[in-house]
Amino acid sequence: MDLSMKRFVSLAVAALIVGCGGGADDTGGEAADDAAGAGETAGPVVNPDSAGTITGVVSFEGTPPAPEPIDMAEEPTCAEKYTEPPVKEAAVVSDGNLANVYVYVKEGLPDLDFPAPSEGVTLDQTGCHYVPHVLAIQVGQPLVIKNSDGILHNINTQPSQNRGFNISQPVEMETEREFSTAEVMIPVKCDVHGWMEAYIGVQDHPYAAISGTDGTFSLENLPAGDYVIEAWHESFGTQTQNVTVGAQETQEITFTFSGEMAGLPVPLGEPLVLHADHAGVK
Amino acid sequence: MSTTQLVAPNVSAQHWADPSHPDERPFIRKYVFSTDHKVIGCQFMFLSLFFLLVGGLLAMMMRWQLGYPGQPMPGGGVLPETMAPGGILLPEFYNSLVTMHGTFMIFFAIMPLLVGMFGNWLIPLHVGASDMAFPRLNMMSFWITIPAGLIMVASFFVAGGASGAGWTGYAPLSAVPEYSGVYMGQKLWCISLVILGFGSLMGAVNYITTIVNMRAPGMSWFRLPLPVWALFITSILVLLAMPVLAGALIMLLFDQLIGTSFFLPETGGQPLMWQHLFWYFGHPEVYILILPAMGIASEVISNGSRKPIFGYPAMVGAIVAIAFLGWVVWGHHMFMSGMNPLLGSSFMVSTMVIAVPSAIKVFNWLGTMWRGSIHFHVPMLNAVAFVAMFVIGGLSGVFMASTPVDIYIHDTYFIVAHLHYVLFGGSLFAIFAGLYYWFPKYYGRMLNPMLGKIHFALTFVFYNLVFFPMHNLGLAGHIRRIYDPNQYGFLEPLQPVNTFITLSAFLLGAAQLVFIFNLAWSLWRGQRAPANPWNANSLEWSLPSPPPHGNFTAMPHVYRGPYEYSVTGREADFWPQWEPPDGRPAPDHSPDGVLIGDQKPASREPHR
Amino acid sequence: MRWDWILPEPVSNLGAEIDSIYYLILIITGVIFVVVEVALVWFLIRYRRRDGRRAEYSHGNKTAEVVWTVIPFVLVLFIAYTSNDVWLKAKLADHEGGAPPDAIPMRVMAKQFEWNVTYPGPDGRLDTEDDFAVRNQLHMPVDRAVRVELGSDDVIHSFFLPDFRVKQDAVPGMMIPVWFEANRTGEYDWACAELCGLGHYRMRASVTVHEAGEFEQWQASRGTPAAARIAPADTAGAQPTTSESEESA
Repeated sequence: MDLSMKRFVSLAVAALIVGCGGGADDTGGEAADDAAGAGETAGPVVNPDSAGTITGVVSFEGTPPAPEPIDMAEEPTCAEKYTEPPVKEAAVVSDGNLANVYVYVKEGLPDLDFPAPSEGVTLDQTGCHYVPHVLAIQVGQPLVIKNSDGILHNINTQPSQNRGFNISQPVEMETEREFSTAEVMIPVKCDVHGWMEAYIGVQDHPYAAISGTDGTFSLENLPAGDYVIEAWHESFGTQTQNVTVGAQETQEITFTFSGEMAGLPVPLGEPLVLHADHAGVK
Repeated sequence: MSTTQLVAPNVSAQHWADPSHPDERPFIRKYVFSTDHKVIGCQFMFLSLFFLLVGGLLAMMMRWQLGYPGQPMPGGGVLPETMAPGGILLPEFYNSLVTMHGTFMIFFAIMPLLVGMFGNWLIPLHVGASDMAFPRLNMMSFWITIPAGLIMVASFFVAGGASGAGWTGYAPLSAVPEYSGVYMGQKLWCISLVILGFGSLMGAVNYITTIVNMRAPGMSWFRLPLPVWALFITSILVLLAMPVLAGALIMLLFDQLIGTSFFLPETGGQPLMWQHLFWYFGHPEVYILILPAMGIASEVISNGSRKPIFGYPAMVGAIVAIAFLGWVVWGHHMFMSGMNPLLGSSFMVSTMVIAVPSAIKVFNWLGTMWRGSIHFHVPMLNAVAFVAMFVIGGLSGVFMASTPVDIYIHDTYFIVAHLHYVLFGGSLFAIFAGLYYWFPKYYGRMLNPMLGKIHFALTFVFYNLVFFPMHNLGLAGHIRRIYDPNQYGFLEPLQPVNTFITLSAFLLGAAQLVFIFNLAWSLWRGQRAPANPWNANSLEWSLPSPPPHGNFTAMPHVYRGPYEYSVTGREADFWPQWEPPDGRPAPDHSPDGVLIGDQKPASREPHR
Repeated sequence: MRWDWILPEPVSNLGAEIDSIYYLILIITGVIFVVVEVALVWFLIRYRRRDGRRAEYSHGNKTAEVVWTVIPFVLVLFIAYTSNDVWLKAKLADHEGGAPPDAIPMRVMAKQFEWNVTYPGPDGRLDTEDDFAVRNQLHMPVDRAVRVELGSDDVIHSFFLPDFRVKQDAVPGMMIPVWFEANRTGEYDWACAELCGLGHYRMRASVTVHEAGEFEQWQASRGTPAAARIAPADTAGAQPTTSESEESA
């Protein structure tokens, strides 16, 4: 769908929403008090009665690559926490489902302000391992970095659009940071434990989700409209799909990755065109 | 040495059209934006002592972490989360502390104390001039130091914090923010030091011109007090070394700001080039930090022993030799750097040789005291401590000059012990000696001698308890600049030593309160100082304390060297440079040598 | 833990030679230290101010000056001369008495904040199919020299083996040879001795010296195909704009 068509449809949809909802005067919406964290229901910005849901599964075709083992011998404090040898999470496949895929709304959102939730998202370092491996957060939302290991970790973020930071946590402690610009994806590494890796996706809206071990994801409370949904995986690259979702509708989509996609360049820190009406990043 | 032949005056007549006079200018021109070298010297004193405190505070925080690793620091709650969450110092903040402690101490404390304060206090009066050759340039050299200091302090409070790359700022760690986590702070560090360098250059130009051109009649080169020789040679070092630092800093700034790659290997740069440039400045810099101290020590030891300096020409020759050789030893900081090992051999030889003139000076100080009549006034106590501690610092230097031994001790606490023995045990004790000695002249009041002796004793004891054990830490393999030595199995057993050093350091810091109190109290309530409390010989002691604006009422004449103590056949055990030889009273002095209108009658005994 | 001026026991023969230079300097400077400080204290006591005694009016003594110029000069040059041979043996790749030609080649790449050691594998040559890499562990056989090519992926680090008396800065953009040989087995410390960032204090690793046959066994058990080896070019410090492929073993 080209730009002017999208505009027309959005306008039509918005008019419908306004007509049906009868609340807001304009499409700018009102500031929500405390919208929920990314991936959860948006706050009062979007009227649930006129919103839809996109759910789906990320599947993997073929034989997944064998998980790479991590030699933690140099760090007994962490190595002790494992009953089975720890492995890297470059490709977590179970029963044909791919986990840790970052699925988000790339284009198509109406021009609404989604205020940052005050509740933070936690990135935990436990067993010399980032939990979660892929994380979704909103612009301005607190990122709570936690060191559960009690040994030195440093959290070295390497964004392209945001200002990065490289901070240490020598003992069990928590530190907060936030990001000011949408970006997909920000790599995070620990220089003390070179196998540690995480990725953070920053949006200025809450419509992002991460597929679980069963491959499922869900984007809820979406304003009705036409969207471009992108799925990003650290080893297998990106895929997009166009989805139209109406009010009170649930659309199901599937992304399928396969082994052949490995080794292609995976975009990091790309500038995003978030809304049809806004060029560039905020 | 004691000729009375007058040398033709080397000053313009116009210069003496303006002898000393009351200063009628408004307060702000008289005490704030002053061109009077004495005021500027006092300004440098306050500024530098403030930064000495700052540097000391930073060291206390480092010592807390080393003594009690990972534990919340008392009072640490006032620090922001980026430095010390919950009072626990973060490793990157610890690296900043290490860096800024060295930076503040070297550039903003010791250098301005020795070169800014003593240079200003001593040079015009010792040569017999009414002020520096360029009084306004002199004022500028002080006032430019202030923004440099503010920028350096400010670097703590920008995002990413202050520089954490060491005071040596090795690239690429200093050149690439992603490696250190420090963004603006490193740039501010560079800018601050470039500005400071300008101030030093202004001072150097002024000092050299004043010493060469403005010596009073009779003040030949070999009648100059040794502090002047030391400051003269130091100024030449400053003139030649500071621009190299500025150049290196600007290159580093460019690498950070505009995409050059002087020091970045991926794009054709050379990390080693930073080290060569930095140490080409850095080694002369450490001689800048010790030579004036040696000059001061000579002055005080001769006075305190009531005996001429042993081997004055050799002392001058040693100063020149140290300065000259100091240009060809810089590579000894780089033995392990990856430079050609054959260069290591040549730098080892030159470094070993530079020990010789330092040894000459030590033996000459001993020779001065030998068969002297030693008065243990507070300046003398500090000056003797200087000699004793400098000997230790100098001897420990021989170990690291030997390249194979340096393989083991480079970047360990053995080096930290060495540098603190020469910079604190050496320079700082000499600075204290000079402060107690000349404070009366410029502030018109004596520093309390009892408090002075207490301060000296406490400082001397705790200082040795802090730094002597560091030799042994280094020999056990304790590396430098590490936030938590317990991470290494072979260093864990040394934790009690670190804790002991930390406690001693806290006591050392507390002992300085005695000095601060003495300073403050004496400024207001100290005993009024006579013109010549130490019964000394150089020209400043012929003037009231403090001397009037313009210094001398009439052009002084110099009849002998500055170290004519206990001259055979004379009743007094000193013979000032300004006293005419034939028994005539000196201008403004009574027949028995007392300054007319002096605060109190002079005794023939130096003040104790 | 020692609290005197005796060094911990070295593990290499060259280390023992380095220690003997140290002890030579210790003796010379120790004697000078005692003589000078005792003289100083003696003078302070003997020549303190006393009624009726006056200082001697003397400006110096040329003979004394010459003596205490020449003696230190000779002493320091002697120390330099004695030191130089040991230094060149330790540092020059091809100096006589230096790295033996049958030294096992290894590559050590330093990076924030770990060391990566590439082993030559059973064929004994680097950059061949059977190379493999291990993080933070250097294994070697006893009585057999190892010759390391030392590099860095990011900032300057320093390869410090205290027990071997080995130290060499790892400089990005340079590959610097370092050699050493152990004369007894055991596990020894390996530290980073150049400030390299916030993790500098924890950049520790270990050197394990095996009995003669054990090292070959260890190599055989750890070796994996070439895909797992780390080569310097691959890990040069460039900013990641694409996801890095996994490289460490």
